[in-house]
Amino acid sequence: MAAAEFETPKIREYPIIPRLQEGVMAHSKPYVAKPDFQEKLGYPGELVDNWKEVAIEKMGELTGKYRSLQVFLDSCVKCGACTDKCHYYLGTSDPKNMPVARQDLFRKVYRRYYTLSGKLFPKLVGAEDLTEEVLDDWYSYFHQCSQCRRCSVYCPYGIDTAEISMAAREVMDAVGKGQKYCNEIIGKVHVIGNNLGLPEPALADTLEGLEEDVEEETGVQVRFPLDEKGAEVLLVTPSADFFAEPHIDGLIGYAKVFHQAGISWTLSSYASEAANFGMFIGSYENMQKLALRIRQAALDLGVKRIVFGECGHAWRVAYSFLNTLAGPFDFLDPDYPVPQHICEVTHGLIEQGKLTLDPSQNDDMVLTYHDSCNVARASRMGDRPGGQFEIPREVIRSVCNHYVDMPSYSIGEGTYCCGGGGGLLTDDLIELRVKGALPRMEALKNVVDDYGVTHMAAMCAICKSQFSKVFPYYDFQMDQVVSVHQLVGNAIVLQPEEENRSEADQSEEAQDQAEAA
Amino acid sequence: MALEVNGKSFETDEEGYLANLNDWQPELADAMAEADGAELGENHWEVINFLRSYYEEYQIAPAVRVLTKAIGKKLGKDKGNSKYLYELFPYGPAKQACKYAGLPKPTGCV
Repeated sequence: MAAAEFETPKIREYPIIPRLQEGVMAHSKPYVAKPDFQEKLGYPGELVDNWKEVAIEKMGELTGKYRSLQVFLDSCVKCGACTDKCHYYLGTSDPKNMPVARQDLFRKVYRRYYTLSGKLFPKLVGAEDLTEEVLDDWYSYFHQCSQCRRCSVYCPYGIDTAEISMAAREVMDAVGKGQKYCNEIIGKVHVIGNNLGLPEPALADTLEGLEEDVEEETGVQVRFPLDEKGAEVLLVTPSADFFAEPHIDGLIGYAKVFHQAGISWTLSSYASEAANFGMFIGSYENMQKLALRIRQAALDLGVKRIVFGECGHAWRVAYSFLNTLAGPFDFLDPDYPVPQHICEVTHGLIEQGKLTLDPSQNDDMVLTYHDSCNVARASRMGDRPGGQFEIPREVIRSVCNHYVDMPSYSIGEGTYCCGGGGGLLTDDLIELRVKGALPRMEALKNVVDDYGVTHMAAMCAICKSQFSKVFPYYDFQMDQVVSVHQLVGNAIVLQPEEENRSEADQSEEAQDQAEAA
Repeated sequence: MALEVNGKSFETDEEGYLANLNDWQPELADAMAEADGAELGENHWEVINFLRSYYEEYQIAPAVRVLTKAIGKKLGKDKGNSKYLYELFPYGPAKQACKYAGLPKPTGCV
């Protein structure tokens, strides 16, 4: 745990395209997964002897299975629009972190084995044999892509480097060269149900502790139910929400929202993880296996709704793929979206006036909001385009008096990744994480200096952990990142149990009367 | 990788976490701290001992909040916060203290 040996980039007033430094990040590689972790996911334990054949065959299988992948590989015209859009390129200066160059690592091999011109005249069309060197480059640079999709926004063809990274990682898994961080974690979820490996008794103990804490603080018994059959809502949230800070303050916020709205809810010890690392490694099978746990838990507990907590790529998988992976969800209440995001729930309750809020409880902070990449560019919220940007901001503005956005190029659709997404949130990649955070840190510094921003809210477990870790490198404090629902939780004015219940009853009665009339 | 203590060799993973939980002995924690340029005092040991007993019961390290609460009860309320724990373990109470206590590294989005 010696101090990492690299220089933290200097914060400038706005991102400047750096001078190229070839190969400067070639050394950055995550630990390779141990045979045990590999085999649990159905991959070879270590690099197989005939890895070249296996890799090329797998590549063909993937381009055949995923039409998008082949289109992405075929359609690049080298226009250069993506070159300065990747936070890892901006932070490291390594030209292989330009999205087009990253794609080309995969594309050149695809051309060599799967296109006529590449088979006949490889040199003329930039086609190359798959060699050990190429595999090495793949391992390094496909683990320097956080699959945030920022580059795809600026690509005139919409080429998505994230999908190419996922495919490359899947090929590497197939030949026995997987990444330790992701694969160890996926294995844990298959057995225990969450990324942390948090067993049911520990989860129960943690939740019990939270009930005590909230009661001590507010005088109100707010429940954190676990495995309660017949609850209306199953909340699926990243296990970091049980473990880390400021994540756990977000969990307290969800509980207060459900409590005050009178919605019965439960967590599941079987599906105690929202995150789905199967996506990071491009593995449909693993992604599906993880998603099916959520379906199973919903069936076992007999819930009517599934709500997801604050987790970026979990929401991508949930919003975009859950129905395909684990549907149909015809056993759930059709009056609610399947699944629903906790911000949508809170937003709806605020609009209906069902939450009593005192924004001055957050007056010690001036806030800004970091759009998480997978929420921003791979999903939506609510029933209108751009809802994924507006809904979280509307929630924050309802519970805080002081809010400022970061510069427009760095938010919304153009948001910068935190630097730790896509399965890179591991200590062995700390240099990459620190450098990749540079564009976000510059945008944050901007509003800190100009508007006195003191805290940045985030809505993804990875973003929260990443910022807590890298803030000190840029002279911010680790506790300057907060959960969105931490702010909600601070602002909710809880009333003693009885009063609350009678109010809920009254509003129900009023509704019944209105309907009868 | 391995760690040498009292003439004996203990297997660790790439990041220096003990491979076998049962190998743990206090001298190992001291050796790990020394390698990080730190020295373990009484309060470090309170944390390490709590981690070990929690792990024994639950097979997982405690949540940061569970840990801060427990340390607050033992060492006084002013020390029951993550700021104090970060003073003790600058690389993070969850990871650095777990390592010294011989526990596996917490995984996930933490």
